[in-house]
Amino acid sequence: MSQDTQWPLWEVFIQANPGIPHKHAGSVHASDKEMALTNARDVYTRRKEGTSIWVVPSNYVVASNPDDSDMLFDPANDKIYRHPTFYIMPEGAEAI
Amino acid sequence: MDEQKYLEHFETLIAADKKIEPRDWMPEDYRKHLIRQISQHGHSEIIGMQPEGNWITRAPSLRAKLILLAKVQDEGGHGLYLYSAAETLGISREELIDQLETGKAKYSTIFNYPAITWADMGAIGWLVDGAAIVNQISLQRTSYGPYSRAMIRICKEESFHQRQGYEIMTHMARGTAEQREMAQDALNRWWWPSLMMFGPHDTNSPNTGKAIRWKIKRDSNDELRQSFIDKTAKQADVIGLTIPDPKLKWNESRGHYDFGEIDWAEFDRVVKGDGPCNKQRISHHVKAHKDGAWVREAASVYAAKRAKKAA
Repeated sequence: MSQDTQWPLWEVFIQANPGIPHKHAGSVHASDKEMALTNARDVYTRRKEGTSIWVVPSNYVVASNPDDSDMLFDPANDKIYRHPTFYIMPEGAEAI
Repeated sequence: MDEQKYLEHFETLIAADKKIEPRDWMPEDYRKHLIRQISQHGHSEIIGMQPEGNWITRAPSLRAKLILLAKVQDEGGHGLYLYSAAETLGISREELIDQLETGKAKYSTIFNYPAITWADMGAIGWLVDGAAIVNQISLQRTSYGPYSRAMIRICKEESFHQRQGYEIMTHMARGTAEQREMAQDALNRWWWPSLMMFGPHDTNSPNTGKAIRWKIKRDSNDELRQSFIDKTAKQADVIGLTIPDPKLKWNESRGHYDFGEIDWAEFDRVVKGDGPCNKQRISHHVKAHKDGAWVREAASVYAAKRAKKAA
């Protein structure tokens, strides 16, 4: 049998319009970066969904562990002074 | 956290209509059910390219040919979105394809029927894609994040498929007597298999219970089937075609159409591999996959060579 692998996985990010962030669209398999870009174009932008594409090898994505969610994301709740509504403005103050 | 705590947390997320993401803990049965359902869904898109691909070279006009090419290309794309979603659950692309080619994984029974006339392109778009849309709109709310996102993307693209099919049926139904007859014949052949696409009755569907409880499926087979029939019956009236079911009748008190019984013996036969085209569909897939092996091999060698040079 001939060599037949599924090739490395690449994550695809698409910018829908200039000025907004690239957003994760899905993934593709490809043997190299040129093929990854071509496949991403064919699979994810058949209807003008994008003006720019990024492809990133999936094994370079470092993701947080859902088990650490509390530790990572909860502290914001008890630091309400980070939100503008925490502060009391004097009567009559406007545009602030 | 021990297993019980994980399960409780999972159930809380499901109850709150939150999505489950690939790195979240999930029960083994949830993972298994998703891999089965998503891969079956992806295989249906991939095998579904065949009945229509067959007509690309024989489309009656350049407009029809361009549309059909785009539609078949979309189906390939949809298959890939779904394979990607399945792979987030830990199954590889090779395993997915192997399961399809060895018959371990199923695909929709509808694609084991032949597309023998141009009117079948109309009937497939109108009925088969129509049924798929009803199912996929419901699945946009599925609890597994990557599956839900794939469904949202697919639904955006799919409505053109149904409209182009209905347009073909409309033209033929309003054409010559012979064209009208072809349109009616296609409806006669595709109607019942389309209803089978929603799967067995709820009372006879072993996987429905858990799938609904875990919000993998948001509506039951029978609910989705009824919704499809209600929409489609009216569309058939508009173009003057007759749905081949003498029991099809509007039921004022239910607010739905009543309809006749599906031939479940036929459904079982086709699921088990004895449909008109089962063998042809799989052997064509195997051949195409084998014929492409040298291209994959060349690409791998080229990539390895370039990586070595760069190092």
